[in-house]
Amino acid sequence: MNAILFIVFLPLVAAIIAGFGNRVLGNTVAKSLTTGALFVSCLLSWPIFLSFMGGTGHAEVVPVLDFIKSGNLDVSWALRVDTLTAVMLVVITTVSALVHLYSWGYMDEDPDQPRFFAYLCLFTFAMLMLVTADNLVQMFFGWEGVGLASYLLIGFWFKKPSANAAAIKAFVVNRVGDLGFMMGIFGTFLVFGTISIPEILAAAPGMAGSTIGFLGYRFDTMTVLCLLLFVGAMGKSAQLGLHTWLPDAMEGPTPVSALIHAATMVTAGVFMVCRLSPMFEMSPTALGFVTFIGAATCFFAATVGTTQTDIKRVIAYSTCSQLGYMFFAAGVGAYGAAMFHLFTHAFFKALLFLGAGSVIHAMHHEQDMRFYGGLRKEIPLTFWAMLAGTLAITGVGIINVFGFAGFYSKDGILEAAFAAGGGGKVAFYIGIFAALLTSFYSWRLMFLTFWGKPRWAASEHIQHALHDAHGHDDHAHDDHAHDDHHHAPATGTGGYHPHESPLTMLIPLGVLSMGAIFAGFLFHHSFIDAEHGAAFWNGSIAFNTHLMHAMHEVPLWVKLAPGIVMLTGLFIAWRAYIVNTDIPEKFVAQFGVLYDFLLNKWYFDQLYNLIFVKPAFAIGRFFWKRGDQGTIDRFGPNGLAALVVKGGQYSARLQSGYLASYAFVMLIGLAAAATWAMTR
Amino acid sequence: MNYVASLMMSLPEVILGLGALALLMVAAFAGDTSTRLVSWLSVALLAAAGVSLLGPAGSGGEAFYGLYRADAFAAFAKLLIYIAAAVSILIAPRFFEKREALRAEYPILIVLAAVGMGMMVSAGDLLTLYVGLELNSLSSYVLASFMRRDQRSAEAGLKYFVLGALASGILLYGISLLYGFTGTTLFDGVAVAMKDDLSTGELFGLVFVLAGLAFKISAVPFHMWTPDVYEGAPTPVTTFFASAPKVAAMCLTVRIAVEAMGPATDAWRQIVIFAALASIVLGAVAAIGQTNIKRLLAYSSINNVGFALVGLAAGTAEGVSAVLTYMAVYVAMTLGSFLCVLQMRDDEGNHLETIQSLSGLSRTRPALAAALAIFMFSLAGIPPLLGFWAKFLVFDAAVGAGLWPLAAIGIAASVIGAFYYLKIIKTMYFDEPAPAYRASDSYIESGLIALCALIVSPLGYFLIPVLGLVTMNAAIALF
Repeated sequence: MNAILFIVFLPLVAAIIAGFGNRVLGNTVAKSLTTGALFVSCLLSWPIFLSFMGGTGHAEVVPVLDFIKSGNLDVSWALRVDTLTAVMLVVITTVSALVHLYSWGYMDEDPDQPRFFAYLCLFTFAMLMLVTADNLVQMFFGWEGVGLASYLLIGFWFKKPSANAAAIKAFVVNRVGDLGFMMGIFGTFLVFGTISIPEILAAAPGMAGSTIGFLGYRFDTMTVLCLLLFVGAMGKSAQLGLHTWLPDAMEGPTPVSALIHAATMVTAGVFMVCRLSPMFEMSPTALGFVTFIGAATCFFAATVGTTQTDIKRVIAYSTCSQLGYMFFAAGVGAYGAAMFHLFTHAFFKALLFLGAGSVIHAMHHEQDMRFYGGLRKEIPLTFWAMLAGTLAITGVGIINVFGFAGFYSKDGILEAAFAAGGGGKVAFYIGIFAALLTSFYSWRLMFLTFWGKPRWAASEHIQHALHDAHGHDDHAHDDHAHDDHHHAPATGTGGYHPHESPLTMLIPLGVLSMGAIFAGFLFHHSFIDAEHGAAFWNGSIAFNTHLMHAMHEVPLWVKLAPGIVMLTGLFIAWRAYIVNTDIPEKFVAQFGVLYDFLLNKWYFDQLYNLIFVKPAFAIGRFFWKRGDQGTIDRFGPNGLAALVVKGGQYSARLQSGYLASYAFVMLIGLAAAATWAMTR
Repeated sequence: MNYVASLMMSLPEVILGLGALALLMVAAFAGDTSTRLVSWLSVALLAAAGVSLLGPAGSGGEAFYGLYRADAFAAFAKLLIYIAAAVSILIAPRFFEKREALRAEYPILIVLAAVGMGMMVSAGDLLTLYVGLELNSLSSYVLASFMRRDQRSAEAGLKYFVLGALASGILLYGISLLYGFTGTTLFDGVAVAMKDDLSTGELFGLVFVLAGLAFKISAVPFHMWTPDVYEGAPTPVTTFFASAPKVAAMCLTVRIAVEAMGPATDAWRQIVIFAALASIVLGAVAAIGQTNIKRLLAYSSINNVGFALVGLAAGTAEGVSAVLTYMAVYVAMTLGSFLCVLQMRDDEGNHLETIQSLSGLSRTRPALAAALAIFMFSLAGIPPLLGFWAKFLVFDAAVGAGLWPLAAIGIAASVIGAFYYLKIIKTMYFDEPAPAYRASDSYIESGLIALCALIVSPLGYFLIPVLGLVTMNAAIALF
């Protein structure tokens, strides 16, 4: 079964051909090639996943090449396939394939399409390398590969200064995390003498309780290693402290946000913790830290999400918050629940992003929800898809009957946290409160966008579009849906007519909607059921059967609590944005300080600017102006060059053209030579 | 000693000397209309002289009681000299025709200079040396002011003559000192005398002789005439000056340094090192800021002589072999460069000399630009062009002789030199095009440029094994 080779390397081949072929190939060929490769990868991935579902799959390692051999260090390229990888494979290839298809419509007017698709494909390859890694170095290769692709795609519209700034920010913030990850890898090699993941995990229990010297103190070995590795995960998964790049990354094209900054790359941290879960199990301290960071991020991001007005930023903070859920699930030992949420979240969050992209597409690149409203009738298909996504993320469902995807996964996490007790209980309460906020901001988004009266006229983008004489008319759109608007422009529309997105964008929405609706219902047994789960995961993560049993036997109020807070959030949003639209303004007037605090994202960016960015610039400027220009350049290259030029001028002056002076120089030279020969 | 055998050994000089006299008669009776005929005959003479090197003239040994040597060293040098002289003759008629200065004396003067140069490289005696040198010099003075109505040409000739006379005086004085203190003018005799303690008089003689020769190779500080003469002289004459006499004087210097002053190597090595470094640095530094291509190439030749002297400073057979290789490559690069300069003509056929006029040459004359770029890259010593190999050999020889500081400084200074060579390339390839040059209408010149470019290009590396063998063989003849 070497399908895995095709799954991983097809995207790479497609990326290389499309990337270097670029304009020579032309848009259609590049797009068909990359999208086709991804669909093939996707089709090959599902059988692998289903075989693990059915219990017929077995873990295996497919060697590819030797990479580094130096002393004890033996790094090879090898593709590992087990349950954990299989889950990631379907998530990555499915979402990636759909995003590729979606981009046909979304990027239709872009002049650089082959480059875009090549980057997407490159990203997919790197992500697949990450999840199939059999050793830490290969994982790091994929880790950096996705970072690179993320950088390239955030800054895809490189003529936009804000996009470049965001790309650099993402890269630099991830560097902090990567430093932790690298030190974790070094430390692991130091302690275990190997970087092979199975060998490390096998040896980990024996290391419990040992200590290691670090910065002059003795620490518990496993705690140090796990914390270092977790710092890497925090950077990639945008956890509190290293989260600042994710909202800014929304500067990239929306399909990128859906694929990289919602469904796949940002979950790499969760994947890594789960992959190394036997290691983390050896350090209660590290797990406690993971729980704490997860819960804090979950809460922080949800609060900020309630105040943002940019549709993509709301979803970005939502992503950040959901990642927090995954981490505290991992922190309490419910790795299955974490992976399950990762799995369902990939579908409904990609759906929400792509839906938002469809809205943005319809609204001529306006992203501010304050200028939306009443879009339900204009773009009904997008509306229904977004509704499915919202129902999934808010966790709508009836116990033991049916629920949307988030209902199973998020509730599973909350129950597991409660069942774990101790720090988990705290995480549970924070998670419940975050669920309330989740429901609120999700419905707020829906209400502002799809309900109410149109508020489009005030948007600069819309006005621009209107003056730009039907810039979008070449799109397939349903004119019939709003025939009644043609002759009597409603107040607030400014005469603009949004149009539904083309089929290439609607098909992915439809497929992902199915995922958002059914993914939880279909797969929850395998992922988080005590007996089924143990068989399904089959040792690929540290599956805690005891905890899984306990989470199904929590009190009824614990099971009902997420549903109750979900309804509460829905009710508040309904009151504030449908019934009485004055409430938000009154709230802002009443609690201005709190509102500003949330609107400014807890002032993290300002704080970092003050502590890190400004001093870094100051130091940089000092070394640049004083050190480099003032010292090295002045006496080095520039100084020497000036000396040479001056020498040239002098010798030119000496070359006067007068015979006498020429003869004089000759005689001086002769005299000097004779003198020197005499006196030596 | 058999006079016939001696004459056979000096056959190239006999052919060229008698031939030149005969051609002079042709020119005297047929007038300037016979110039082209005389030119071709001169080239034929040079070719015949070259062929005669295959006989005893190439390996016969000593002739005329040690006054004259026919060894592999001289043969190799003569080959280069004859090639350079022939090229200088071939490119001249079209140039002078345009200036209405087409005269039959030009090829004859070059042939006479070639006789002198042949004597120089074959000299086994201080007086042979002097006679050869003077024959070459006198021909050169006339050549420099060949367009005597042209002010710059006349000025160049005069400057060359006055300073040349001064240098000759210095040389002759040195010879007289050596004769006075050693009692002989034969190289071998001088060497024997120098084996014992070097007397003050011998030391002075050595310094003066080297100074006189340094003038001919235009090593610093005896280089002052070079830029003025190169700029003022007609371009074909400059081509000649930059190639053949350089080879002759350099080979002569090598021969006298090794054969006559070999025992006193320690005495002259420091002087040679100083002259080498001073030439490299000044040649590089002063070239920056030049706007006239001929002047720039003059400094380039000073710079190159410095590199060749690095090989001589080593004082070993490897060093001498490296000098010969360097001179061979140098001749190819220099001839090529000047051939390109000859192509710089405006619409009416007037020759241009400013570097400015090369702007954007890559777009107006891509082939010419490519060829000139090859020569410039090679002169700058950038691999994989042949100029790099030549530089590598001399530095390798210097390091082999333990002179690594000299090599280090030389390599560092060559970076400065790279600047102005690359600047020309930049002008040709990246500047806005200046008015296009007139298209080439001479197959000879185009062919020669292509040939030189081919030799200098990486393909030239196929020549290395042969060149290495021949130059090593020639170098061993001296030791």
